[in-house]
Amino acid sequence: MQPAAATMLRMYTQMQRIRQFEERVNQLFLEGRMPGTLHLYVGQEACAVGVCEALRPDDWVAGTHRPHGHAIAKGVSLDAMMAELFGRTTGCAGGYGGSMHTGDPAIGALTAIAIVGGNIPVATGMALSFKMRRTGQVICCFMGDGAVNEGAFHEGVNMAAIWDLPVVFVCENNQYGASTPVGQVVKLERLADRAGGYGIPGVAADGMDVLAVHAAVAPAVERARRGEGPTFVECQTYRFVGHSRSDTRSYRTREEEEAWKRRDPIPRLAEQLQAAGHATQADLDGIAAGVAAELDHAVEFAESSPSPTPEDCLRHVFTEEVAL
Amino acid sequence: MTQDSPRESRTMTIAEALREAIREEMRRDESVFCIGEDIGIPGGFGGAFTVTLGLSDEFGHERILDTPISEAGIAGVAVGAALAGMRPVADVQYGDFLFCAMDQLVNEAAKMRYMSGGRLSVPIVMRAPVGATTRAAQHSQSPESFFIHVPGLKVACPSTAYDAKGLLKTAIRDDNPVLFFEHKLLYGSKGMRSEKGALSPVGEVPVDDYTIPFGQAAIRREGSDVTIVAKLLMVYKALAAADALAAEGISCEVIDPRTLVPFDTETVVASVCKTERLVIVDECPRTGGWAGEVAAEIQEKAFGHLDAPIKRVTAPDTPVPFAPPMERYYVPDETDIARAVREVLAWR
Repeated sequence: MQPAAATMLRMYTQMQRIRQFEERVNQLFLEGRMPGTLHLYVGQEACAVGVCEALRPDDWVAGTHRPHGHAIAKGVSLDAMMAELFGRTTGCAGGYGGSMHTGDPAIGALTAIAIVGGNIPVATGMALSFKMRRTGQVICCFMGDGAVNEGAFHEGVNMAAIWDLPVVFVCENNQYGASTPVGQVVKLERLADRAGGYGIPGVAADGMDVLAVHAAVAPAVERARRGEGPTFVECQTYRFVGHSRSDTRSYRTREEEEAWKRRDPIPRLAEQLQAAGHATQADLDGIAAGVAAELDHAVEFAESSPSPTPEDCLRHVFTEEVAL
Repeated sequence: MTQDSPRESRTMTIAEALREAIREEMRRDESVFCIGEDIGIPGGFGGAFTVTLGLSDEFGHERILDTPISEAGIAGVAVGAALAGMRPVADVQYGDFLFCAMDQLVNEAAKMRYMSGGRLSVPIVMRAPVGATTRAAQHSQSPESFFIHVPGLKVACPSTAYDAKGLLKTAIRDDNPVLFFEHKLLYGSKGMRSEKGALSPVGEVPVDDYTIPFGQAAIRREGSDVTIVAKLLMVYKALAAADALAAEGISCEVIDPRTLVPFDTETVVASVCKTERLVIVDECPRTGGWAGEVAAEIQEKAFGHLDAPIKRVTAPDTPVPFAPPMERYYVPDETDIARAVREVLAWR
């Protein structure tokens, strides 16, 4: 059963926000207007959006080194995202974090942890707090395929399992850890089968279909909320771009890329919206144009925002200000 | 707050004082809980050195939370719980096992606040027993120096029962991550976990609630000829050396920093201005260690007052050995300290 029209349209808009944000910041990088490095989420939008649609506003997500999609899907404003990537004081981390540490704790998007697997025990600990304080909150912990080989994965997932904590582990299997194919570093055919080793359910979902991701994650979130423990959800997906700025993607074929691009989650949802009679092409074009305007504003906002002073680097080491 | 303010007290070991601090803080604040290996198992150890013994009777197993053998998990789960409103007191059985949790302590605990531009805080206490106790290279290290090098972490090192209670309460109430190092030979634990060669420094501990601010050193012995800065077990070795030297007419001032981060530079500088000589004693290996850092700091702040080069008395740059004669050589003792004091006094 498909979600309501409004839900599907919201998912479409969110995927457009992520896609266009990534395309815009990539362009800004290439023009030399933006500092830093970039791990783009292009192609994986259905994962973050399908997950966040299953969450309440007071639920949390824990992102990774590729966090723009996670943060935007949870609701971080494009202005605050863009300003953060520009390193401005109006950014979602005041310019202290940059691309790899986007998030906004005020809306349940944990400042992203860019150590592969590092967010897994942390998300487990947040879930422990939710359980101890009986808040009814759930956290979705994102990870890439590479994270399932980290020790932190084992320790964090095991603890979440033995204590039945309200966390959903969402593995975005985008087929490559940087340039290394996942099949070369994992013996299992399905990463979802890792779950069996921890005595928790493992579910595989088509990560190129936002409705499929949502359908897989929503019951896992509700199960977690009922106190029945974590679920491991593998989303099969693909990044349409390189691992980071300098990646020329020589380790994979253009044919493989084209095959995945034919499964692009955005046109797919557009077709489903039109087939269900929820939107016309003109409606969808309007959404895309609206998002483009939001991004124009975000860039203007970011570029006109102040930079931190050099000495600001001495702040926020501790909760109290100390002379350094 | 000073040690001799008049009020009701009793004598206690450090292990008992730590347990009392945890108990009082858990009663005071529902968000405080303990997480670690073997800390509350019925019939178990109460932690590797009995500090949490009996606490699960009062607080239950949800707040005295036994974990798998997963040090990275313990540290990371503590970080996450702290980010989400709890105040975990985590522990590892031996300080050596902190290295299993380094990513969580160094990359997550210490940096979440900074990376978020001040939007997050990580109020965790990570307790760790340290010191050489005939357990050889992987259960005897003093890893404090690793953590003073990580901006965003505070480091406490209590050497008395009074300090153990007061500093642990401060650590638990602090909104930042605190590494809390306890020396295995100072716990004074009785029964099955008693340590051969332990000093068991029992001390007066007030029954009431008190805290000891971080960054305030304690002058353990006043003197005029040489300043000795030492922490944990080395405080007692330095005091023993000072006793021996007093018989030779040499007057040593012994300073216990109590916290390494923040470090009370002022008290040491003031002492050095008086004595003009400084010896630093540390059970950590020499290179890149805390003793070297103190030496650098003091020569920058008080070079003009020094009459002799600063001397370090440390463990050598080796792993901790097993055989007792080798271990005795490895750990600085009062003879080593007295020798160093005589050397800085003889320097012209």
